[in-house]
Amino acid sequence: MVREARPKLGRKARTKQGLIPSYDDFKKGALERKPYKSTFSKPSNNNGDRKRKRNDGDKESKYLNGKKKSDKREKVEFIKNSEVKNGDDFYDFGEEDENEYGSDSSADSSNGDVVNSGDEVVDSGDEEEGRAMFSDDEGDNDLLESANMQGLAKAFKTVGEKEQEKQKQQQEGEEEEKEEEEEVEEEDEEEEEEEKEDEFEFLDDDSDGLVEGEDGVDELDDELDDEEFGDDDDGEEDDAEVEINVDKSTLPSTEDQDSSNIAPDIHLSRTRIQEILNVLDDFTKLGERGRSRSEYVSQLISDIANYYGYTEFLAGKLFELFSPREAIEFFEANEVPRPITIRTNTLKTRRRNLAQALVNRGVNLKPIGNWTKVGLQIFDSQVPIGATPEYLAGHYIIQAASSFLPCIALAPQEGERVLDMAAAPGGKTTYLSALMKNTGCVFANDSNKARTKSLIANIHRLGCTNTVVCNHDAQEFPRVIGGFDRVLLDAPCSGTGVIAKDASVKTSRNEKDFIDLPFLQKKLLLAAIDSVDASSKTGGYIVYSTCSVMVDENEAVVDYALRKRSDIKLVDTGLVFGVPGFTSFRGKEFNQKLNLTRRYYPHTYNVDGFFVAKFKKIKLEEKPKK
Amino acid sequence: MRPLTEDETKVVFEKLANYIGRSITHLIDRPDDPHVFRLQKDRVYYMSEKVMRFATSIGRSELMSLGVCLGKFTKTGKFRLHVTAVDVLSQYARFKVWIKPNGEMSYLYGNNILKAHVGKMSDDIPEHTGVVVFAMNDIPLGFGVTAKSTSDARRLDPTGIVVFRQGDIGEYLREEDTLFT
Repeated sequence: MVREARPKLGRKARTKQGLIPSYDDFKKGALERKPYKSTFSKPSNNNGDRKRKRNDGDKESKYLNGKKKSDKREKVEFIKNSEVKNGDDFYDFGEEDENEYGSDSSADSSNGDVVNSGDEVVDSGDEEEGRAMFSDDEGDNDLLESANMQGLAKAFKTVGEKEQEKQKQQQEGEEEEKEEEEEVEEEDEEEEEEEKEDEFEFLDDDSDGLVEGEDGVDELDDELDDEEFGDDDDGEEDDAEVEINVDKSTLPSTEDQDSSNIAPDIHLSRTRIQEILNVLDDFTKLGERGRSRSEYVSQLISDIANYYGYTEFLAGKLFELFSPREAIEFFEANEVPRPITIRTNTLKTRRRNLAQALVNRGVNLKPIGNWTKVGLQIFDSQVPIGATPEYLAGHYIIQAASSFLPCIALAPQEGERVLDMAAAPGGKTTYLSALMKNTGCVFANDSNKARTKSLIANIHRLGCTNTVVCNHDAQEFPRVIGGFDRVLLDAPCSGTGVIAKDASVKTSRNEKDFIDLPFLQKKLLLAAIDSVDASSKTGGYIVYSTCSVMVDENEAVVDYALRKRSDIKLVDTGLVFGVPGFTSFRGKEFNQKLNLTRRYYPHTYNVDGFFVAKFKKIKLEEKPKK
Repeated sequence: MRPLTEDETKVVFEKLANYIGRSITHLIDRPDDPHVFRLQKDRVYYMSEKVMRFATSIGRSELMSLGVCLGKFTKTGKFRLHVTAVDVLSQYARFKVWIKPNGEMSYLYGNNILKAHVGKMSDDIPEHTGVVVFAMNDIPLGFGVTAKSTSDARRLDPTGIVVFRQGDIGEYLREEDTLFT
């Protein structure tokens, strides 16, 4: 009778729904990340083309035409060679002719070195900058958050220019070889200016690209300089040439940015995201000289904001949490809906029976994973899953897999008195009630009267008879009634973990939210802690959870509570998977115990972004802490 | 929240007795886990005494619900059962009607039960008596009153109404706005 789930999947279900990983998966890769398949294609190697072309351009055009095909594989070698050969001879032109095809790479490298002799000087400096900048980045990003993009762009421009100027001055004396090249470039400049406006044409255009690839960038710089400083081209071009040109054109000039503000081009953003990612992977090597890492990052963030439809502020905030590549995975995962999951109401039925009943109604489902005995994942259904007789009879509730986690972590025991401080719409409350088998007492509080309706409806539908629903402000709690054995605080939050579900978060959150919400959350958490009876025989636990991935709303709040209340400690959540929480973040140091908290990301576990922390309240008299 | 007055108790118990008959004593006498009825804003709730004691800490205006809501008093002093009481009723139901799968959805959309949809029903149900309605797999779906006695119903044509619907679990969706204030 059991139907095969896979073959019957609808197209939509197959393509969009990933599987929630099984317990085995977790065991295997316990805390390791599973690579999430990004939809991006591999980065193109256009950069390589341009670079090598530029080098050869002066000398042999015929040669270049032949090379196009082999460019891709050569690129890698080329980079290696250039690394190794820094100290090599400058001129090896003879080689090129001899080697024709197969040894392109060596030829290239030699050429590269010609240019690079100057580079070395600059490059070393660059590296330092790159590293320094990394920490600076943060500061820059902070700026980003508050300032608008254009202002920043200008700021960067000037900074970049200053650096470039210095470098130029250094180099000017050093290298005369480049003058040859400059001549060529100057000729090309007029053409190039037109071309720069459109990066794609620029990249694709191989024949012109030989020289222009670099010139294009140079020109951008030139333009910048010309506007304000009117500096000499020599130094600049040298810089550009020196670079391993991989991503010279990734950063648009200010003018480009302006125009993109008017008519943001999504495809452009997407391509540029990929290119910048490549650069950031190995910044010291691929980064464009004179451009700081923070410039790349800020451009990346603005592209992400543009491509995925976030405000730049929020994109920046989310970006901070991950490495660049992982951030993109995160943003991609937010575009894909999470699988629909239901929770069996163990007060009324068992999972096997429920699954059988639903299968008979034409629902495709399978257990979520071994970490829960009550969850079922729905692939597709011929009937509305929220209106079957089983649903109305309270045999299951539609609930995100992530919402199971805080209840499992709280692990209420039979006969205890439990408080759910922000209960609506009742998924977690009814789960708690089911875990306690309708014994003891569950207080379900929600401050929003309208939302208590759905809460009461779910409580009754699922047959929870041990509940009391009240409509207090959760902050009043220890005063209304305290002395609970366990408290669950699923705090109101920005919802950055559930963007897939509610895309309005992308644009509706501003800086103020990330000040106000943590403020509220801290108050609520303290209230939750104070509502717990430390001398409870079986309990004395508090679970704090949010559906946000922000550090401000999670680790920072938990850390605050640990500082404010000396009678609590963090304990293991008892959850079998999840990423440990941050113990430090962007210069903020948190309590080291924060690695006991758990974070969940859409791209790693295919559940909503979530955070769970579990505290144990200890008796102060017996165990004065600190 | 307060206990029911004597009059109110009488009205409520009469109503309940309509469905569960003398089993009503099982609701009241539960030595292992005493249960009580309480009135809160027109509504009658049925809950464990322990839960009731905890709930006394909550103010009248903040207390939204506790235990199981059985129904509400109308302005004229009558008592109307809500579908939320179906779990309590089904446990002790005196008369039962089972409906076939093809009649389930019709019933859950708020229609009366036709003869054609009846899978089976208790013997000897008198006319105009409260019954609890089940699906064939014993899931309680709601409750109602018989239009015909069991013996009369046997002779009814397939489109004839056997049970008038009073409450069904489809109300959780249809009446969500009004059912729970």
